[in-house]
Amino acid sequence: MEGLEQVITQHKIEIGRGAKVVVDWLTSNFEWLFDGITYGLRVPIEGTVDLLLAIPSLAFVGICAAIAFLLQRSWKLVAFVILGLLLILNLGLWKDMVETVVLILYATFVSLSIGIPIGIICSRRPWLYRLLSPILDMMQTIPTFVYLVPTLIFFGLGLVPGIIATVIFAVPAPIRLTYLGISQVPTALVEAGESFGCTRWQLLWRVKLPAALPTIMAGVNQCIMLSLSMVVIAALVGAGGLGRPVVRSLGQANVPLGVESGLAIVIVAIILDRLLKRRATQRAGAGQV
Amino acid sequence: MSQNAIRFEHVDVIFGQNAPRAVSMLDQGQGRDAILDKTGCLVAVHDASVFVNEGEILVLMGLSGSGKSSLLRCVNGLNTVTRGKVIVHDGNREVDVARCEPETLRRLRRNRISMVFQQFGLMPWLTVRDNIGFGLDVRGMDRAERDRIVEEKIKLVRLDKFADKFSHELSGGMQQRVGLARAFATEADILLMDEPFSALDPLIREHLQDELIELQQKLKKTIVFVSHDLDEALKIGSRIAIMESGRVVQFGVPEEIILNPVNDYVRQFVASMNPLTVLKGGTLMRPVADLAREPGGTTIQLDRAGKCRCQLDARGKPVNLIVNGKPGEMVPYATDLDLAKLPDHAMVCGTDRTPMRAAVTVRSQTKRPLVLLGDDGELLGVVGEHEIYRGMLRQSEYARVNGAQPM
Ligand SMILES: Nc1ncnc2c1ncn2[C@@H]1O[C@H](COP(=O)(O)OP(=O)(O)OP(=O)(O)O)[C@@H](O)[C@H]1O
Ligand SMILES: [Mg+2]
Repeated sequence: MEGLEQVITQHKIEIGRGAKVVVDWLTSNFEWLFDGITYGLRVPIEGTVDLLLAIPSLAFVGICAAIAFLLQRSWKLVAFVILGLLLILNLGLWKDMVETVVLILYATFVSLSIGIPIGIICSRRPWLYRLLSPILDMMQTIPTFVYLVPTLIFFGLGLVPGIIATVIFAVPAPIRLTYLGISQVPTALVEAGESFGCTRWQLLWRVKLPAALPTIMAGVNQCIMLSLSMVVIAALVGAGGLGRPVVRSLGQANVPLGVESGLAIVIVAIILDRLLKRRATQRAGAGQV
Repeated sequence: MSQNAIRFEHVDVIFGQNAPRAVSMLDQGQGRDAILDKTGCLVAVHDASVFVNEGEILVLMGLSGSGKSSLLRCVNGLNTVTRGKVIVHDGNREVDVARCEPETLRRLRRNRISMVFQQFGLMPWLTVRDNIGFGLDVRGMDRAERDRIVEEKIKLVRLDKFADKFSHELSGGMQQRVGLARAFATEADILLMDEPFSALDPLIREHLQDELIELQQKLKKTIVFVSHDLDEALKIGSRIAIMESGRVVQFGVPEEIILNPVNDYVRQFVASMNPLTVLKGGTLMRPVADLAREPGGTTIQLDRAGKCRCQLDARGKPVNLIVNGKPGEMVPYATDLDLAKLPDHAMVCGTDRTPMRAAVTVRSQTKRPLVLLGDDGELLGVVGEHEIYRGMLRQSEYARVNGAQPM
């Protein structure tokens, strides 16, 4: 019994070293690609952050309130947006907040532009979805730190590894919900589309996507929330944003800072969630066929 | 044959993976159940051969699961035809939908065939207007032309006031009118309707049936209509195909089906029907040759008692009409004719297409038979009490000639 255990412990399978070989090989051979991605993401993101910070903060609050009204027609939400943003301004977390919002928007943008097309392709080829499904599960269950290390090696410290880690965590949501939405489009609608001579593309654009839109939008919303939950981890690798004060407060056991920055994250989360909710009147029509 | 808009030739529709095996089992004469057990394939339609001419309405009838929808959906390729041909007349050529290129099928779907669905199949995110324009948008028609046609069709189904509503804001009957308008909008000549009115309550259903009949008189489409309701089928069908577990058991005009059901299945369908709503005067009339003549004279008796008499001119038109001892007068039948107000020297006249129901009202209100005249006013025959009884018993010259048993 003990002999067997010794054999097992002494002949360690070199999984870790194998992974390192792969990572090394990728770094040396695809440096140009990683550098390209880093550059391609960093420039627009930093540009956007600078642009938004150039807007006077009170004007920014006003713009957000206007957007809230246009999207939801709810004075309650407008009041919440104004008060929430003013509170963040008051706490001195304004710059971090803007960075966080930009980070989330870009991460979501990348996730959606990867996730929605993959979801659409999966709906045409269910075998692909069956293949992908366990991988998606894995992407959401593997502790983030495990893939944070190679990401750091590929992309260095900063914004970009933060975004990549966020995308890995958030992209399963749009893939799943796009797939789900399109596969649940009632056959009656698809047949109606076919019977009027739709081509495949027309069927997708004129019937399936609009019919699946509520579900796809739920995916978008989820994607944003998942991205937001990665803010702290993104800050660990140097991405900036509201996660940074959280990380700092952890290091210094600084309770006031921790509470304040945590509160700011919650406010951003609520605002984004409410802004993108489908309006009650829109929802009434969506369920029916 | 060229006037057939659609012709099904020995169509089999089989659902399942192992269709070739199912086909060969069918040819060996095995039944549906045996085939389902052995191959897992479902024979939805077997050896169906029916047709519909331009401007006619073909009704596919049968119990649930008898294969009506499966047969209908072959026409625009929503179902694949396992064997046989579905010929659609397209311009001056004939296309076999079962074997044509996807491109050809798409062209037919866009321009020649449109469909109305039982559950309406309206797009919930589009307004009434955009739903109606759906087929035109798919075709890529330019905006102005499309808007013009949509506007016209909205008026046709009287939904002008609801043009910008969404379908969930409309009642079922209105939704189906949108479905109809959407199908009419493409100006396709062939309309496929899969139980379009079954999801509606009886009053609305009747109303829409009447509307369809009225629209059909204007638009003269070729319609294939699926129904499981014989009253509906007889009301709107020019021809009826009755299906029983995948086979067409009887195919004919409504009167033929009423008077001469081929088997018990059809007879059961027919039994609940009031024959007088379907039968036409011409089928049951006492023809002019059988009318009593005065001995040696040229005067014809139009009724048994001899109170209504006339003579025929050279072209067979009734002249010198005498009713109740006075010079008589012919009044053409119309649904809004007030029979109670007719003077007692008037006789009501119709054509051979006048329904028996009219003969019954005329007879009961005026106590005189309905006179049937041909296109040039010549006397064809009369429908009196005796003929009405025969109708109720589903007996006619027709049935006797064709050797059917009276029911
Ligand atoms: N896509 C399909 N796949 C497998 N079987 C099918 C399919 N469509 C229809 N069937 C089967 O084919 C048979 C005939 O169905 P069909 O829908 O043509 O009947 P129907 O006469 O239209 O009945 P109903 O009045 O209920 O609509 C049924 O037994 C049905 O289960
Ligand atoms: Mg059906």
